Amino acid sequence: MTNSPLNLAPAVRWQTAVVSEIVPRTPRIKSFVFTLSRPFAFQAGQHVDIRLTAPDGYRAMRSYSIASTPGEASTIELAIEHLENGEVSDFFHDDVVVGDEIELRGPLGGHFVWSAADGGPLLLAGGGSGVVPLVAMLREREHEAPSLPVALVFSARSWDDVLYRDELLELADRRDGFSLLLTLTREAPRRPGDYGRRIDAAIVNAALAELPAPPKYVFICGSNPFVNAAADAAIVAGIPASKIRTERYGV
Amino acid sequence: MADDKSANFVTRGFKGREPAKDLAARIPPGQHLVTDFPVLSAGPTPHVPHEQWSFTLKVGPRPIKRWDWTAFNALPRTKLTRDIHCVTTWSKLDTHWEGVLVDDILADADIEPPTAFVLAHSVDGYSTNVPSADLTGGKAMVALTYENQPLTADHGGPARLLVPHLYFWKSAKWLNGLQFTARDEAGFWELRGYHIYGDPWLEQRFTGD
Repeated sequence: MTNSPLNLAPAVRWQTAVVSEIVPRTPRIKSFVFTLSRPFAFQAGQHVDIRLTAPDGYRAMRSYSIASTPGEASTIELAIEHLENGEVSDFFHDDVVVGDEIELRGPLGGHFVWSAADGGPLLLAGGGSGVVPLVAMLREREHEAPSLPVALVFSARSWDDVLYRDELLELADRRDGFSLLLTLTREAPRRPGDYGRRIDAAIVNAALAELPAPPKYVFICGSNPFVNAAADAAIVAGIPASKIRTERYGV
Repeated sequence: MADDKSANFVTRGFKGREPAKDLAARIPPGQHLVTDFPVLSAGPTPHVPHEQWSFTLKVGPRPIKRWDWTAFNALPRTKLTRDIHCVTTWSKLDTHWEGVLVDDILADADIEPPTAFVLAHSVDGYSTNVPSADLTGGKAMVALTYENQPLTADHGGPARLLVPHLYFWKSAKWLNGLQFTARDEAGFWELRGYHIYGDPWLEQRFTGD
């Protein structure tokens, strides 16, 4: 029996990375910048696995999407949300300091990915920290395809929970083809035209109306109810299911 | 080299929350227990009405037998209680399923496994490969209920594959067929870097593990 069919991706090995910067982003999310011992190239939407090892050998592992600008990287940024009673997120938020060594491997994931060469327009929808891989796509766009039409629907609990808020508002202010539709689920909207409810078909349709043509790809990332609501709305709006890629939080 | 170090690497300050000893033996390395049932899939959730669902058994390109919903439900039913392990690191213990063993599907079609490899196919174009030996001998079923309820669309209803001893991406949701293949053909995630076999006890998450 052969275990080597064609076209398999190469093995991705574990490496140690050093935490070189910690940046609070929202009340519940901090960015951790890692300096890689073995730099790699990655695409927007890809993730890394983090592995923590206790002195007795017990290990915990989690996946985190890469937020930083895609391409060849010697550092990567992960935005880690502090989950209630989260075994790994508690550790990052309470114990990790600059200079710590952490084991990780990547880049991983070959479906929820986008490169400028893939083209657009794009419809993006992110719920909470689900916006992270979409921010990597926007950073790819900014560097490689700056006028590509993209609409982002971003659902957050409150104004202060809008991850990368300043960066997103600044990008939207350029009016170069990027539209930002914010919806807050536990607070009234702040900007004219924003929403104050969970994502629904009307919000998805408003985002589609911002694009000059139907999206070539739709990327949706967040909790399962968020992803189902956004994906079902996109399908009702006439977008083929084959163009819709999703990523759901897996705990 | 960084890899040489990893055998005895300890993360500064990490103590972890190792599960109780009686449970620990049932949780593969790198996994943690959940009590909910996370939903993970690569695209929108298909909603397949029973009258539009069918299941086709193929050998290579050749269909051997096709069952509609009513005929499939008339096949012998089996209950399995199993621990399941997702590659995203959650594990769930003592999950209860009912469905049709792959053995009983093959018996109804009056065939023995003609090749050593199978591709499982789903209505949304998803596929995953499993060796024939891992699907037979009572090891795998096409599940129709979960915890005594019809399988919901989120969890792969009307029917999903259940191969509980492999990582759960092998248990294809929205299943509509099994296809014997002459050689081991990589499926959707296997083409995208996931391990060709996926044994959770050997931590076969990605190629090369």
